[in-house]
Amino acid sequence: MEWFFQQLINGLALGAIYALIALGYTMVYGVLRFINFAHSDVLMLGAFAAYFVTPAIWKIFPAQSITGALLITLVTALLCAGMGILIELLAYRPLRKRPKLTVLITAIGVSLFIEFTCQHKAVFGSKTRPFPQLLPMHDFHIGNLLVNSNDIVVLGVTVVLLVALWFIVQKTKIGTAMRAVSFNMQAASLMGINVNRIVSFTFGLGSALAGIAGILYSMKAPGIEPLMGIQPGLRAFIAAVLGGIGNLPGAALGGIVIGIVETYAGGIAGVSNYRDGIAFAMLIGILIFRPAGLLGKTTIEKV
Amino acid sequence: MTKMNLFSTTVCAVAAAVFLAGCGKSEPGAPGATTGGSSSGASGEVIKVGEFASLTGKEATFGQSSHEGTAMAIEEINAAGGLLGRKLELVTEDTQSKAGEPATVVNKLVSRDNVVAVLGEVASSRSLEAAPICQQSKIPMISPSSTNPKVTESGDFIFRVCFIDPFQGTVMANFASKTLNAKKVAVFTDVKSDYSKGLAKFFKEQFTKNGGTIAGELDYNGGDKDFKGQLTAIKSENPDAVFVPGYYTDVALICIQAKQLGLNVPFMGGDGWESEDLVKIGQGAVENHYFSTHYHPDVGSETSKKFVANYKKHYNGKTPDALAACGFDSAAVLADAIKRAGSTDGQKVRDALAATKDFDGVTGKITINEKRDATKSAVILQIKDGKYKYLTTVNP
Repeated sequence: MEWFFQQLINGLALGAIYALIALGYTMVYGVLRFINFAHSDVLMLGAFAAYFVTPAIWKIFPAQSITGALLITLVTALLCAGMGILIELLAYRPLRKRPKLTVLITAIGVSLFIEFTCQHKAVFGSKTRPFPQLLPMHDFHIGNLLVNSNDIVVLGVTVVLLVALWFIVQKTKIGTAMRAVSFNMQAASLMGINVNRIVSFTFGLGSALAGIAGILYSMKAPGIEPLMGIQPGLRAFIAAVLGGIGNLPGAALGGIVIGIVETYAGGIAGVSNYRDGIAFAMLIGILIFRPAGLLGKTTIEKV
Repeated sequence: MTKMNLFSTTVCAVAAAVFLAGCGKSEPGAPGATTGGSSSGASGEVIKVGEFASLTGKEATFGQSSHEGTAMAIEEINAAGGLLGRKLELVTEDTQSKAGEPATVVNKLVSRDNVVAVLGEVASSRSLEAAPICQQSKIPMISPSSTNPKVTESGDFIFRVCFIDPFQGTVMANFASKTLNAKKVAVFTDVKSDYSKGLAKFFKEQFTKNGGTIAGELDYNGGDKDFKGQLTAIKSENPDAVFVPGYYTDVALICIQAKQLGLNVPFMGGDGWESEDLVKIGQGAVENHYFSTHYHPDVGSETSKKFVANYKKHYNGKTPDALAACGFDSAAVLADAIKRAGSTDGQKVRDALAATKDFDGVTGKITINEKRDATKSAVILQIKDGKYKYLTTVNP
């Protein structure tokens, strides 16, 4: 029983990070109808941004202080948002009118471009670097369970960001515009919505989330390298499809499900090296039996 | 157009003839260079030695250390007048710690650079990838520190200057049952790595033979970042110790997450732990854990002490780790074999390598056995205050 709950905590903490990344995939899909494969690399860039920003911020604020951590997160989120907007502007916007497949393949190209540029010695190099410990760590004992303060931070941050995102999308003017663009881009532009600005905003928002997810991921596993985004990115992509691509609560749910399943699978001897296989089996299963995803709505495509 | 073609062909032919003649002329100047015209034509004045190492990527410190040791050995040989009256030239290629790269770069070393021998790699999976290529082209290959037994089973041109995992696994299993008095040990294996799987297997065999039980066998994939699922399962088994035969980047993250989960038992590993980055990434979490490796700079023969002193001079006071020492030995053993063979011919060098006996290496006396492995002692180290503390030497 203790084993069960301990794994649940581990799974939730991991799933929360996947959820944050999955939101970025799903938002971009909702607006532009393609998978931004470079999203996972923004996560990596976020981790590196925090790595380089931290010493500077710790000069002003005491190391491992909450204000310092918040400021690092804020700067990282802004840098990543800028990066996301830049990627869209340079790589995807010129192809807006082209077939979706062209954009999808470009996205894979952008992803490889970032990964391999960053592996160059002049950029980050491919060595694993130790990520600074942003917050002091505490253990909390609940009965026989052990909860690390890191896990609580991860879960807390995710919940706050989910609520904030929900608020932006549902209650603000720009969120309404986002939803309008995702319904029908042409009609939205006829209603006076600046589509380019909305697309940029969507990319910025998604990338900021990825950047924060990068920090949280690096807090769990404090070794960062240019290819660190691939694995969580892939799982978050599965999570987004699992929950129903284009559906925000679905992405969050999918992330949590994948995180929990992966953790339980990892904890069973003999099954532990099939973790990825199980995640992908779920993807195939959902594509066969419920192609729209757990929370997605089936849409009829007009031919 | 045809005229032009004819003209350029003639020019090429003349140039080639002049080039070949030139080579032919220089041949007598190099005593003992009795290799066929084609191969010595390309190597010319220098003897080219190929090296492939993981200079970047996940196991970057392995490749860098090993390369520094190898390069220093080559420089020392050249400073002492070279071999067979010729200088050595080291051609180094980076494998980026990735599967697939070794085959590409070793093919290049063998077919384009025409090296007389290949030195490398540290990781067994990557040595295994390159071995068939060297075997096929009959170019001797010496791995400085790949410990999986399968590496030299690839063929009779493949050698190594380190011990193998059946020995290393036995050493750590005996250490666990005798020194740590562990009865129950969990084993956590990297299923992507031949090294890890082999070492885990030999550890388990010896440990159960010693009367211990294996409590929990969990797996991970090298490059994973989240190990909490497996570590929680290991913790629920209440082991006395955990054996993690992995590479340092993964091991550091495993130790950090184990500490977060309150799994406070000794962790043990093999020479894959040996890297300054283990402590840099793992920090406090890797304290007091144990691993076995090839040598320790503080203990050893006169050769070893001389090597440590020279290395420090060469690389700004850096203390050589075991992989640097093995890298040095791989080049030294090769040079010794070429000297004894009196030739750079692949077959002759191979035969000389196979006959290596009691060579005074940095990591101990090296004798190549019939399986082309070196029989050598291992040392056990403990991580104390971010440094590697020497505990004991185990002889085969």
